[in-house]
Amino acid sequence: MSRLKNCFDTLRAENRAAFVTFVTAGDPNRDVSQKILNGLPAAGADIIELGMPFTDPSADGPAIDKAAQRAIAAGASMLQTLDMVRAFREQDTETPIVLMGYFNPIFTYGIDRFCTDASSAGVDGMIIVDLPPEEDDELRLPANAKGIDIIRLTTPTSDDIRLPVILDGASGFVYYVAVAGVTGGKSATADDIGDAVTRIKRHTDLPVAVGFGIRTPEQASDIAARADGAVVGSAIVSLIEQGLEQGQPESTIVENVLNFTQSLANGVRSGR
Amino acid sequence: MALNSYRTGPDERGHFGQYGGRYVSETLMPLVLQVEQEFSEAMKDTSFLAELDELNRQYIGRPSPLYLAERLTEELGGAKIYFKREELNHTGAHKINHAIGQVLLAKRMGKTRVIAETGAGQHGVATATVAARFGLECTVFMGAVDIERQKPNVFRMKLLGAEVKPVTSGSATLKDAMNDALRDWVTNVHDTFYIIGTVAGPHPYPMMVRDFQSVIGRETKEQIMEMEGRLPDSLVACLGGGSNALGLFHPFLDDADVKMFAVEAAGHGVDTDQHAASIAGGSPGVLHGNRTYLLQTADGQIEEAHSISAGLDYPGIGPEHVWLHEQERVTYVSATDKEAMDAFQLCCRKEGIIPALESAHGLAHVIRMAPELPKDHICVLNLSGRGDKDIFTVAKELGEEI
Repeated sequence: MSRLKNCFDTLRAENRAAFVTFVTAGDPNRDVSQKILNGLPAAGADIIELGMPFTDPSADGPAIDKAAQRAIAAGASMLQTLDMVRAFREQDTETPIVLMGYFNPIFTYGIDRFCTDASSAGVDGMIIVDLPPEEDDELRLPANAKGIDIIRLTTPTSDDIRLPVILDGASGFVYYVAVAGVTGGKSATADDIGDAVTRIKRHTDLPVAVGFGIRTPEQASDIAARADGAVVGSAIVSLIEQGLEQGQPESTIVENVLNFTQSLANGVRSGR
Repeated sequence: MALNSYRTGPDERGHFGQYGGRYVSETLMPLVLQVEQEFSEAMKDTSFLAELDELNRQYIGRPSPLYLAERLTEELGGAKIYFKREELNHTGAHKINHAIGQVLLAKRMGKTRVIAETGAGQHGVATATVAARFGLECTVFMGAVDIERQKPNVFRMKLLGAEVKPVTSGSATLKDAMNDALRDWVTNVHDTFYIIGTVAGPHPYPMMVRDFQSVIGRETKEQIMEMEGRLPDSLVACLGGGSNALGLFHPFLDDADVKMFAVEAAGHGVDTDQHAASIAGGSPGVLHGNRTYLLQTADGQIEEAHSISAGLDYPGIGPEHVWLHEQERVTYVSATDKEAMDAFQLCCRKEGIIPALESAHGLAHVIRMAPELPKDHICVLNLSGRGDKDIFTVAKELGEEI
C-alpha cells in the first residue's frame, strides 16, 4: 500500500486530520535543510511537501520565492533534492513525501528518468503547480507507473463543471487551494473552506487537504475540523528568513522551525 | 517535407507541434478557457470587428505606411528596402495593435482592471493608453532595471493614469515582471484581464496576439502589391517574444517565395553568456504558461538574458516561432548590441528616422543582407517602434552626456 494511502487511513481511524508541512529543499543550505526535513515527523508532521527550487516560481508569494532563491544560491539542484529524500528515507520509511514545484526542472531532467529516480529515492507524490490536467499526462502516466501520485489542485475558481475535469486522474489526495492567489497571501474563512471541502467531497472519495493562508495553530485547528488535512508552508519557511536576518546560529533556526511546526501540529490535533 | 499550410495552428489545445499549451496554475485555468472562448466568439462578431477596425483607423492611425527607404537602399547598394512604419502608430510601436484588441476583449468580458508586464515600456505604454481610453484601472509590472533604462516610458505610463509597479525579484527585468503579473492575475482573477505583450503565455494568448498583430502583414501585402505589383522577396523583423515578427510574417507564411528572417538579440555575442537569443542559444522548456525554447541551465533553472534593448531582453520566445524554426519556414538569425547600435545610427542619418533599438536589430540584418542581393530584390523591414525612448541608452553607449 502507498505511504499516502496508509497515512490517511491511519489518521481516519484516529479521527484526526493530517498535518502537512512544506519546506523548500536546500533552504538555506543542504545541511540545515536536511536537519529540518529529518526533524519534521517528530515535530508532528504527518506528510511532508518538499519544494523543488525554481528560479521563476510565479505561483508563489515572496516567502517561498525567496526560499527558492536562497536554495539555488546555495547550490540546490534536482539531484540534491532527490538525494535529500534518500537521506530522509534512511531514518524514516513511513512519512509520505510529496515533491512540490514547477514543471521545467523535471522536463529538463527528463520525465522518465525523473520518475524512476524519484521513486527509488522514496518520493510518494508530486504537486506541479503549472501543470493543469490538460497538460499533465506526460508526467502523470509515467509517475503513476512508478507508484507516484500526482496530486491535483482545486481552487475557489473550480466550479462544478471544472471539478470533474480536475478529479479525473487525481490520486493520493486532493489539494484545495483555499484562496485565489499566491502562497503566503490572504486567508479564507473556515466556513468558506468547510463549504468548499463539502462540495469537493461530493465529487470524490479522495482525502481533501487544504492549504494557502494557514499561519497559526488556531487556523490549523479550524481547518483540521473541516478537512482531511491542513497544509502550512510560507509561515514555516518565513522563520528561516527571519533567523538569517537576525543572524541566528543554524541550530537555533532548526530548533525554531521545529518548535513552530510542533505548535501547528498541536493545533491540527486539537481540531476534532 | 513542406506542409500544405503553415497557418492552421495552433490545435484546439493551443499547441504548435510540441510547443505552446496552457501551463498555468489551476486557479487561472477557468479564466484562460473563458478568454479562449470569448476571443473565438469575438472574432466572429461583426460588431466587435467593426469596432476594432474603427479604432485601428481613427485611434491608432492605421494603415501604417509602407515606405521605400531610398537613401538606405542606395547606401547598401543591393536590395530595395521598404520599411513598414509601425513606429508611426499611436504610442510609437506595434504593441498598440494587440493592446487595443485585448482591451476590447476585457471590456466584453466585463473586467474592470487590466494588468501588463513590460520590458522597454512600449507594451506598458500601449496598455496604459487603451486602459485610459476605455476607463479601466491599469497596473503595469516593470523590472527595476528596466525602469532605470526606460524612464521616459515610465513617466508616460504614469501620465496615462497607470500604476507602475517596480519588480525587484530575480534579474529585475522582463521575465520577472511577467512572474509578478501572473501573481497579480491569480490573486485578482475575478475582475482582472491580463494584457500579455507578446505572442507567448498560455493558449490562447500566442494565437490571439498574433491575430491582432497580423494587421501588419495584411496591410503590407496590399501595399506592396499596389506599389510593386508583386509580393516581396524577403521580410525581416526583430524578435524578443516575437509579436512584431509574427504580425508581419503570418499572412505571408503560405507564400512559398517570400523568405523570412527573424533577428534575435545576440547581446555581446551568442557564444557568450550575455545574450537573449533563445533559438540560437536556448533549449526546450516550460515557462510563463507555454512550452517553448528558453535560456536555461542544465538543471532547468532560467538564466538571465542580456540585450542593449530592454524589449528583447527575455529568456524565452513565442511558441509558434519555435515551431516555424523547426519547420524551417522562417530563418532565425541574430544581431549583437554593437550591430544594432550601428544600424540605429545609420537609420537616423540616412532616413531621418530614429528607430527603436529593438527594430535596429532587424535593420542590422538588412544591412548585412542587402548588399549581396540584386537590385530587384524587394525586402520589407518591420520598423516596429520609434527610438525616442532609447536616446538615454544610446547616449550612454556613445559616451555622451544629455
